[in-house]
Amino acid sequence: MLKKRIIATIPVIGNTAVQSIGFKKYLPLGKPDIAIEFLNQWGVDEIVVLQIDARKHEHQISAKQIQQLASKCFVPLTYGGGVKTIDDVHLIIHNGADKVSLNQPVLHQPEFITEIAYQYGNQCIVASIDIIKIDNSWKVFDYVTQKVHPIDFIPLIQQTINAGAGELLINAVHKDGKYTGYDIELMQKISELATIPVLAAGGAKHPEHMLELLKNTKVSAAVAGNYFHFYEHSVTIAKKHLSNTLNEIRTETSFNYHLNQLDNDGRLLKKSDEILEHLLYTKIEKEII
Amino acid sequence: MNKLKIGIVDYGVGNTLSVANALQFLQYKVIISNKQIQLNTCDVLILPGVGAFQTAMENLVKVGLEEVLLNEVFERKKPILGICVGMQLMATHSLENGKHKGLNWIPGTVIPIESKPAFPVPHVGWNTIDIKQAHEAFKRLNNDSHFYFDHSYYYQPINPEHIIATVEYGSSITAAIQKNHIMGVQFHPEKSQVNGLKLFKDFIQQLKQYA
Repeated sequence: MLKKRIIATIPVIGNTAVQSIGFKKYLPLGKPDIAIEFLNQWGVDEIVVLQIDARKHEHQISAKQIQQLASKCFVPLTYGGGVKTIDDVHLIIHNGADKVSLNQPVLHQPEFITEIAYQYGNQCIVASIDIIKIDNSWKVFDYVTQKVHPIDFIPLIQQTINAGAGELLINAVHKDGKYTGYDIELMQKISELATIPVLAAGGAKHPEHMLELLKNTKVSAAVAGNYFHFYEHSVTIAKKHLSNTLNEIRTETSFNYHLNQLDNDGRLLKKSDEILEHLLYTKIEKEII
Repeated sequence: MNKLKIGIVDYGVGNTLSVANALQFLQYKVIISNKQIQLNTCDVLILPGVGAFQTAMENLVKVGLEEVLLNEVFERKKPILGICVGMQLMATHSLENGKHKGLNWIPGTVIPIESKPAFPVPHVGWNTIDIKQAHEAFKRLNNDSHFYFDHSYYYQPINPEHIIATVEYGSSITAAIQKNHIMGVQFHPEKSQVNGLKLFKDFIQQLKQYA
């Protein structure tokens, strides 16, 4: 059975991973490659790195940067930010990433998607679309101009799929950094009409938010950024919570939290006294690869 | 340090470095090359792949690798593992963007995955495999083992005995094929965490039996 994916995004400014709040405010986290290494060990299903200052600062994608990100990443890695030419795509794929994420070309240059699909296949392209809710209706948001884009999101999605995109990464801008849960209604709508996998982002704070999303929509993945950097083993803990009710979760890490409960903020609670009382020291064999 | 040397075949559209990262993690000696003089010093070859079939095949022919591989794989009987498009290239032909000729090492056709309401195409994500035939490379894996898939087309060999594992996605899809010392996997072991690393290691270690 194909599993629902739990994907971590890492927004990067310069060489620093950041938390993003409403696409406006950013808090520094640390080195992106360290974050990747940890997320890997905690059993994340996929990682998306977005160089969010690429357009503003004319960031040059470098082979060294991609190599560094990929060196300890044994799950699929998507890179986005300032991808403009087929040579950029070549450089990204050739240095250890698996897919490219495109945002501006989706809005302004759909033929570029087709060009990439022809050479690298459509499974290589993640089309990232930012959507904002204004006056109770959803609009496409252009993060470079910080303005609403003239094309409606439904025709834009159709056009993007026809151009050859392999997946849609839908980011609800009005939910970004708000920690109030995903925009379920929007994700429902898009995952019903899209014929390619939909990855939903924006608003996750608690594993319960991911559960709400995965239970009520047809999206293929719950994407979170900030949430995964709140505490140690965040991915493992979230997956433990999800797999209590969902079968479609991959839980293959050598450690788990199946005896723990979570509090309202998604933090781990102490095991109950009954469990602790019966807990024996069990020897855990080292996993030999 | 492992003494075996692994050659990753570089034909321009493969994700050569992510495969190299995984193999280096396992402490093998790894080279990435498209030159006969270098590839013939290797004990095992890996044919990686992302990309469209036609571009991959054209590139392979353009850099003269078709001849090199024929010699290494058939004359010198070197074990080879194809990954994703690297596996699909071993087919007779592919129907991706028109009909294109492949290497024809394991007769069969690469055909599109049928899109159904609950099964969007491409087939992307972690799926469990069904092992159909015991194989050294799968000896430490089972039917609950997850692997990462990312593809819109799949390999249908003419002889079903060449299928060693399948994956369920709307219908049964070929996940791994094998004929003698030639093997191919549709999923990405280099991106399948511990399971992928185990598969690489056991595929390479089985080399003893061909020595």
